[in-house]
Amino acid sequence: MKEFFNALADPSRFFLIFTVAVFAMLKWREFFTAPKVALTIFFGAVVFFVWAIRDPGFKANITKPDNIPIIFMLFLVGFFSWLSLYRAVKNDRRIDRGELPEEAVENPKKVLTWPDLVYSEFLCMLIGTAVLLIWALLLKAPLEEPANPNKTPNPSKAPWYFLGLQEMLVYFDPWLAGVILPGLIVNGLMAIPYVDTNPKGNGYYTFKERPFAITSFFFGFIVLWVSMIILMTFLRGPNQAFFGPFEPWNLHKVEPTVNIQFSQIFWEQWLGTSRPTGWFLRELPGIALVVGYLAITPMLLAKTVCKKMVAQMGNPRYLTMMIMFLIMVAMPIKMVLRWTFNLQFIVNIQELFLNI
Amino acid sequence: MAEENPQSPSSGGPPKPPAPTPAATPAAATPAAAAPAAATAAKPAAKKDDARIAPPQKTYVPRPGLMDQIKDSQIWRSVFRHGYPNTVRNRSLAVLSNVFLHLHPVNVRTSGLRLSFTWCMGGLTFFLFLVEVITGVLLMFYYRPTGEYAYRDIIAMAEHVPMGIMREIHRWSAHAMVITVWLHMFRVFMTGSYKPPREFNWNIGVILLVLTLLLSFTGYLLPWDQLAIWAITVGSNMARATPIAGYEGPLSSLISIDDVNLVHSGDDMRFALLGGRFVGEATLLRFYVLHCIFIPLVATILMAVHFWRIRKDGGISGPL
Repeated sequence: MKEFFNALADPSRFFLIFTVAVFAMLKWREFFTAPKVALTIFFGAVVFFVWAIRDPGFKANITKPDNIPIIFMLFLVGFFSWLSLYRAVKNDRRIDRGELPEEAVENPKKVLTWPDLVYSEFLCMLIGTAVLLIWALLLKAPLEEPANPNKTPNPSKAPWYFLGLQEMLVYFDPWLAGVILPGLIVNGLMAIPYVDTNPKGNGYYTFKERPFAITSFFFGFIVLWVSMIILMTFLRGPNQAFFGPFEPWNLHKVEPTVNIQFSQIFWEQWLGTSRPTGWFLRELPGIALVVGYLAITPMLLAKTVCKKMVAQMGNPRYLTMMIMFLIMVAMPIKMVLRWTFNLQFIVNIQELFLNI
Repeated sequence: MAEENPQSPSSGGPPKPPAPTPAATPAAATPAAAAPAAATAAKPAAKKDDARIAPPQKTYVPRPGLMDQIKDSQIWRSVFRHGYPNTVRNRSLAVLSNVFLHLHPVNVRTSGLRLSFTWCMGGLTFFLFLVEVITGVLLMFYYRPTGEYAYRDIIAMAEHVPMGIMREIHRWSAHAMVITVWLHMFRVFMTGSYKPPREFNWNIGVILLVLTLLLSFTGYLLPWDQLAIWAITVGSNMARATPIAGYEGPLSSLISIDDVNLVHSGDDMRFALLGGRFVGEATLLRFYVLHCIFIPLVATILMAVHFWRIRKDGGISGPL
């Protein structure tokens, strides 16, 4: 049983299962948001935790003081995904029947801020205070040995909310994973209101009226951000090697790394010649691939599948949205290439520290 | 109390003395207190009637209670310029005449009140920020951001300071705040609340998200233990790879005069962030100042804008 879960949690399988689960949840949301099904999944998760925590290694990893919030976050993200989809499904049914969404029905009646809103805010504050006090009394804030620059702990990890980015370091060079991607995430988030021109779904839960927006957000937030945090926090140990949830952290485990560059595949395997010596010619196929992916794909899509979208949004919006979207999708693509072909870099210009 | 009157036996005695008019009671100076005062005045009058004692001819004036006296004092009325908030007018005034509450509009949409709609995550984030400010100030009393003292002060906080769980509250609130910010954005996305007219406020929110993460990140270093310096080392190693501005970043080697690279480990992006080539005392002081003064200040200003814009953009979102 434990071996089964260890094998299941291998990065490629873990990512695949997570992706499929999220898409299945969105596709068959009517089934998954039914309270009975959701409760079954919730209790399944609880039972798994109770069963798993009897494993000392798993327990040691989960109950690290700084990892506790991640467990909270997991259950909260799960709960609120359910809640938002549940309300969306309810509203979609109403809209299908030609009725107004729930919020539109109840909103014409306004309520007074005092006492109604102030009261519930006060209640939330009280509950928040109680939770914090209990949490603080039960769990001491972590404090390890005094800082020692000469002694590197293994593994050394960034704070937990950045671990998704640290996981990306396995697949991308630091300049991409650590600088460009975070910058693009922030810029992409900021661009959302300007590229999403769909006027529907403003101020109420719905899925059917904006399936693309919600699917993209679930993919970015849950699959790429939350699941990568889990992977990096709980499934990577010393030397950033992968460890199953029930696998003891062996300090000497080093994952064999076979690194193949795209230039090797192109020149040596496909053309059967040796690689050119100058970096420009050597990396030209890789550069062409990357430029083609980011420049030609949007154009091709604009002429074929996304014709309606372009007409609706206009070119600047469409391009911004498409490039952000393609970069987001590039992450899983690179991960899959890494797992299947051991491909390290598509463009590999060591001379300029420019690796993609 | 007033409805007990019919039950009390009043067998055709002399005509009851007229119930004191509300205007006669001093407590009725404020309209809010008028109704209860009249009700309490009616009962003793009925009892005296029951006792068949010659009805006193003077009007009964109940003594105002302590709370009434307080509320009638000049001090109280200088603070609260409205009566007890049990009328629509006074309830509106309770919100309008209070600098903190007037962040809210007087009326809110029904869905804006529903926890299953708002999840209260924005409110909780603000609450956690306040908790961070209060506990953070308390921690600053005991903490000195130098290599010599930082770690010892952290231990002293837990062992020698009464109520030594402030660091725990501070740390767990910080983690919780990161989560509530994410969930708040999640909710705002799922209800499409970033759509016009709220595009700009969503942007302010994204900056606040970044500031929250930076606050948490800078605070992570302050305990000055192994966990702290290595997490910051790993986190800030990325800055080395900033394109052009980091010495291991792409294209930075192009910025050179002959063979001398102008971007090196002594002047690149990471050096600017850490104040040195590695996480050292200069970093500690730098992160301390950022953590305690600069980022909270910027965040506070942006929060003011964020809250103000919620109102200006039409309150908590609802169907148009």
